[in-house]
Amino acid sequence: MLTVEGLSAGYGRIEALNGIDLEVRSGEIMSLVGANGAGKTTLLMTVCGAPLRTAGRILFDGEDITGLPMHEIVRRGLGHVPEGRRIFPRMTVLENLRMGGYAADPKNFPSDLEKVLTLFPQLKQRLGQRGGTLSGGEQQMLAIGRALIGRPRMLLLDEPSLGLAPLIALQLFQAIVAINRDEKLTVLLIEQNAYQALKLADRACIMVNGRITLHGTGAELLADPAVQAAYLEGAA
Amino acid sequence: MAAADRQRPPFVAMLRDSALAAVVAALLAVPLLGVRLVDNASGLTLDRRLPLVLYAAAAVFAGRLLLSLAGRYLAPSLRGMTASLPGMPRNSLVIFGWVLVAAALLLPWMPFAERNLIDKLTLILIYVMLGWGLNIVVGLAGLLDLGYVAFYAIGAYAYALLSMHFGLSFWICLPLAGLIAAMFGIALGFPVLRLRGDYLAIVTLGFGEIIRVVLLNWQAVTNGPNGITGIERPTLFGLSFSRAADGPTFAGFFGIEYAPAQRVYFLYYLILALAMLTTLFAQRIRRLPTGRAWEALREDEIACRSLGMNPVTVKLSAFAIGASFAGLAGSFFATRQGFISPESFSFIESATILAIVVLGGMGSQIGIVLAAVLLVGLPEWFRDLAEYRMLVFGGAMVLIMLWRPQGLLSRREPTVLLDPKPASAEATVP
Repeated sequence: MLTVEGLSAGYGRIEALNGIDLEVRSGEIMSLVGANGAGKTTLLMTVCGAPLRTAGRILFDGEDITGLPMHEIVRRGLGHVPEGRRIFPRMTVLENLRMGGYAADPKNFPSDLEKVLTLFPQLKQRLGQRGGTLSGGEQQMLAIGRALIGRPRMLLLDEPSLGLAPLIALQLFQAIVAINRDEKLTVLLIEQNAYQALKLADRACIMVNGRITLHGTGAELLADPAVQAAYLEGAA
Repeated sequence: MAAADRQRPPFVAMLRDSALAAVVAALLAVPLLGVRLVDNASGLTLDRRLPLVLYAAAAVFAGRLLLSLAGRYLAPSLRGMTASLPGMPRNSLVIFGWVLVAAALLLPWMPFAERNLIDKLTLILIYVMLGWGLNIVVGLAGLLDLGYVAFYAIGAYAYALLSMHFGLSFWICLPLAGLIAAMFGIALGFPVLRLRGDYLAIVTLGFGEIIRVVLLNWQAVTNGPNGITGIERPTLFGLSFSRAADGPTFAGFFGIEYAPAQRVYFLYYLILALAMLTTLFAQRIRRLPTGRAWEALREDEIACRSLGMNPVTVKLSAFAIGASFAGLAGSFFATRQGFISPESFSFIESATILAIVVLGGMGSQIGIVLAAVLLVGLPEWFRDLAEYRMLVFGGAMVLIMLWRPQGLLSRREPTVLLDPKPASAEATVP
């Protein structure tokens, strides 16, 4: 569904991505795991149209989306939950969700809202509250819910577990699996929390210094001694 | 929030604080007040005026001490008074707003309403309208615009020139002036799309000055500093408000006696209608995708992009719509004065309008009315005090910022409600 071919990108003379090849198949959850500074967020931003690309191309559903501005890419059905949640703090939860349907048909909003509130029941009591007053976990739920309102066919998630308590993070990962299963939504998940990300992934990649060094099914990578040594020390 | 837990200096600390302020004042006063060059027969001599320096220092000492004492004993009770404002239930503000509108409508019929008062209120209403218009750009879209007066000027000159050269009536020129101002808003918007905050403020400030300087120097079109005189007065469906005109007059048509005040009243109702148009539009558009997008863009641009919003069109629409209301207000200004010159559109106007928006509480419609009455009305009513009125003006601004740094009224109303019942229940929860 999403194909990245030979993608290189950088900040000025500093190269952050070096010939990335990646294929996310329709209906699967793919996890991209790597340490700080491996280039995960750069990859996601470049896919979403940030002007960092130096080589390569990006195809979504067979269409070349290389270099399109972000809002055009999102409107083609590639939803995006940016790093650090980025909800609208002064607007209410309901308004935040309403903004999620900005580019969508307003007629779908009531049913989409219903779906999001079933997925994240905690948000239901918070609808009239300002986004900035939510807890970190609730904000992340709101960010994901907001992206789902736009009815994306594929969702890019940038570190949803960032700064969350392990139990809350686990709850979020379960919600991501549920969306993938029930809505047949393709997911590309970027995570530092390697154990959880590999556990729920159909397939996964490991990224080091702007390159993809390993890929396989989530279970294969979990069992890989090199991955265990580098990313799973003390986990599980 | 109890005032008691705020650390207050005891009396000795207040004295020391005041002494320090007095020393600073004395140091400043030496070059400002303490010496004077006197031109006498033997040439220039330096005249020392030590007493003046001492007076200044003493005044600052006393003032600082009084302020500290007032802060200790008066501020808690004042804060208690004002703290109840933002907690007011949502409905009471709406009712208060409609009461204000009704009062504004009935006011000219009151026995105490003389021509002078209506004239001043008309001036205040111009600023209320400008405040509401700028609020779209600054309060909703979060784009700090320091050159808003440029669009006001464009609206005024658009009407004056169109009416002078093409003989178009006020009612045709009014929408045209709004449209022309909106086009200038887009023209300004394009180069500043990537700017935010202080950088945007500087560029818009420059834009405001460019317009003023062009108006001042483009003699052939704008008549430069002499301005444009004899701008046509507005009519009510073709009825003129003069004693005798080519067409029918207002007084003649209704068979009443002619009075110059009739035009003053008409202008008052006209600007009231225009201002109401502005605020009703602003309130309506907040609940539409465009307006909600402005607010979202103010909150987080990256999040907006990730939701499929094109920030370019959203920002340009905010600039254009904000500018068009200034254009409407500008053509009203031109028709009311009958004379315009670049002098009326200096930076201080932009600053006043922005101060009205900020002091009123960003995004609050009623707060802007109160702030406009305070900032435009006060200097008008205290005109007898001559130069002291600017002192009162400055003092009022300082006091507002001390007691209500978030503006007079600063509650933000949600724009989407799930259904009326649970929403009103939630609204009472602070």
